[in-house]
Amino acid sequence: MAGLMSRASTVVKAKLSKLLDRAENPAETLDYSYEKQLELLQNVKRGIADVVTAKKRLELQETQLQQSIVKLESQAREALAAGREDLARQALERKSGLQQQLQSLDQQTQQLEQQQEKLVASEKQLSAKVEAFRTQKETIKAQYSAAEAQVKIGEAATGIGEQMADTGLAIQRAKDKTEQMQARASAIDELTTSGALEDFTSDQTQLDRELGALASKSQVDDELAKMKSELGPGDKQKELQQ
Amino acid sequence: MIVRLMGEGQYEVDDEVAKGLNDLDEQAAQALERGDEEQLGGLLRRMAEAVRLNGTRVPDEDLRGSEAIVPPDDLSLDEARELFEGEGLIPDLPSAG
Repeated sequence: MAGLMSRASTVVKAKLSKLLDRAENPAETLDYSYEKQLELLQNVKRGIADVVTAKKRLELQETQLQQSIVKLESQAREALAAGREDLARQALERKSGLQQQLQSLDQQTQQLEQQQEKLVASEKQLSAKVEAFRTQKETIKAQYSAAEAQVKIGEAATGIGEQMADTGLAIQRAKDKTEQMQARASAIDELTTSGALEDFTSDQTQLDRELGALASKSQVDDELAKMKSELGPGDKQKELQQ
Repeated sequence: MIVRLMGEGQYEVDDEVAKGLNDLDEQAAQALERGDEEQLGGLLRRMAEAVRLNGTRVPDEDLRGSEAIVPPDDLSLDEARELFEGEGLIPDLPSAG
């Protein structure tokens, strides 16, 4: 069984040979290859921008989850103060569910961060190699006969082609990861708005309703008590008169 | 010889390091065969560390190719299969036609 290193080399070389397949006119091949390198540089820049956008979206979701967590905690306190431990428990259970979501979002944001770093490093390397290639191709065009140029092109193209394959891999992996996360982010969005996430929204509304009822009940109680105390002296007078 | 750590860059390593890499590489291939993602990741990480620790970084503008290419150490089994089958994971380079 072949080792992984040689298998990886074989794959990269196979990709590379396609790039050099029809090198009939050295000058044209060089220019064409250079053009493709510039395109790849644009792609990697776009890839970085896409990862940044995806990261921002995850961060926005994190903020929303954090706000919900804070709200649930204060609701739990209100419920407990009103002697409704059942409602407080419900709010805390929701809160713990959201905290788990938040943790997983956190991990994903970190993974995207890693992809971004890899893309940035890859862009830097490719950029340096493209610049070196540009210089070399002008030298080859100016100084070598067609036959010699073929050999020189082969040498220069090996390194740049390998880098192109590596950068291509970095772009592809970042794209896959970003797509996975966008799908997940959309799913969370959809679930939280439709209320399907552990009946989150509908239960939350009910929780809100019960808490609201609790608050208005305590307000009514307060007002009643106040009225009673205002009426108090009158009552006593009646009692005294009797 | 020059070794490329995929997704990271090229390093120049001596024969002894290269030999160590080959041993780890054999085990990594077996881990992939068994479908053991954790082992595979661990071995690829050890390979990358050996190269980083004992190798000299090749400047970015160097246009030499690598004699060995070490796959990324956070490769999932699915990604590894895709990579070695030459499909998908590394997009085709444009042909010079």
